[in-house]
Amino acid sequence: MDDLKQNNLKTASEHGIQAPLALLAELSHRCPLQCPYCSNPVQLEKKTGELTTDEWKSVIDQAVEMGMHQIHLSGGEPTVRHDLEDIVEHCSKTGLYTNLITSGVLLNPERLNKLESLGLEHVQLSFQDTDNDNADRIGGFKGGHAKKLEVAKWVRDVDLPLTCNCVVHRQNINNLDNFIKMALDLDAERVEIAQVQYYGWALKNRAAFIPTPEQLDHATEIVEKARVDLKGKLVIDYVIPDYYAKHPKNCMGGWGRRFLNMNPKGEVLPCHAAETIPHLKFDNVRDHSLKWIWENSEAFNLYRGTDWMPDPCKSCDRKEIDWGGCRCQAMALTGDAKNTDPACSISPLHNEIFDMAAEEARNAPPEFIYRKYNVRFNSPI
Amino acid sequence: MTDTLKITDDVLPKFPKHVKFKYNKPRDEWVILAPERLVKLDMVAVEILKLVDGEKSVKNISIELSQKFNAPKDIILKDVTDMLQDLSDKGFIEENG
Repeated sequence: MDDLKQNNLKTASEHGIQAPLALLAELSHRCPLQCPYCSNPVQLEKKTGELTTDEWKSVIDQAVEMGMHQIHLSGGEPTVRHDLEDIVEHCSKTGLYTNLITSGVLLNPERLNKLESLGLEHVQLSFQDTDNDNADRIGGFKGGHAKKLEVAKWVRDVDLPLTCNCVVHRQNINNLDNFIKMALDLDAERVEIAQVQYYGWALKNRAAFIPTPEQLDHATEIVEKARVDLKGKLVIDYVIPDYYAKHPKNCMGGWGRRFLNMNPKGEVLPCHAAETIPHLKFDNVRDHSLKWIWENSEAFNLYRGTDWMPDPCKSCDRKEIDWGGCRCQAMALTGDAKNTDPACSISPLHNEIFDMAAEEARNAPPEFIYRKYNVRFNSPI
Repeated sequence: MTDTLKITDDVLPKFPKHVKFKYNKPRDEWVILAPERLVKLDMVAVEILKLVDGEKSVKNISIELSQKFNAPKDIILKDVTDMLQDLSDKGFIEENG
């Protein structure tokens, strides 16, 4: 905790780090779905605190000047914003590759057509399951799955490429074949099979989601076979729950090395879950330029490079491969963001946490703790 | 996504609508951009891809490069074919028509 007293932190350029590659822009935390694995912070931002259209346009200009390649318009649900069209148009004009990450349930064909004509380049649509009832139960939104299937068709009707983002866990992992088949039927370019990652809200529901090692192995076999069978037809990206990995994920390609994330009120984060680390103070684009923040922000510089690492990371020959794993997971599971991510098999806490999770996976799943933006949130349009 | 494409001499390669081959000025580099994908390119790849326009065949691209760089045509043809096949398998190149 006394990290913050240090004022001699090395900056991005002193670490030899170039400008970030992509910006994840959380336009709003508002969302009609209630997914129990929501990746947004536990404390959601209100509409009144969100950046204005002009503020986002300025951010986009700055991102382009820095040399960023891509922008991911995300949330919450980005389509709740009435100025999404203006933002997409501005991204496209300035040459950023523009990706919309959406649940789809608020879209209609006219709006998609408009977004495509303004320069949107890709739509990533989330799916909770392939089974209609179970999908709606998980998302907490009646009629959601049927609507998503329609939206996927509209996306392809306007000739936008489609990614199906399938969040997989013990309550839908048996439908993995069907997820891949669904992506093919919907004429998707790409499918993401992403196992739930356990921090923030998802950690509250870990016992409801975590698969057994056997379920996971079976899923991995299916994915590997499909990758061979569908080479050149469907790109399959696969993320395993890192509890069962030997090495931790090199989260975000290393803290503050490649990407940055902006929350709806303009704070700049090294990753979308960084707000789960309570002592981090984030700089805001209302106070500083994006470039200044990338270079100087303490929240970024604290865990850049390897100087901050304790053992076993410090003496590990993978320290510049894994970068210590995930800071947010270390915080959530060990109480100190500097510790080795317990997903790593040489973390001193790995076995204890792994055993606990495996035990949860063997027992019957508990009820979900749903994520509600607002109980009265009926009609965001 | 369409079915697997086999790159042969007569194929007219082009970039799919959602795949952008572009120069990033602040970084001074050419890249391919696609959904959740960023491919950094070496100079050889850049020279090949600058000729990909949906009009020129693989064979004609190779002839043009072999003249420009004064290199053996059959070796260039193989390099061009291999690279485009690899990019096609990843969904970054398709056939015009």
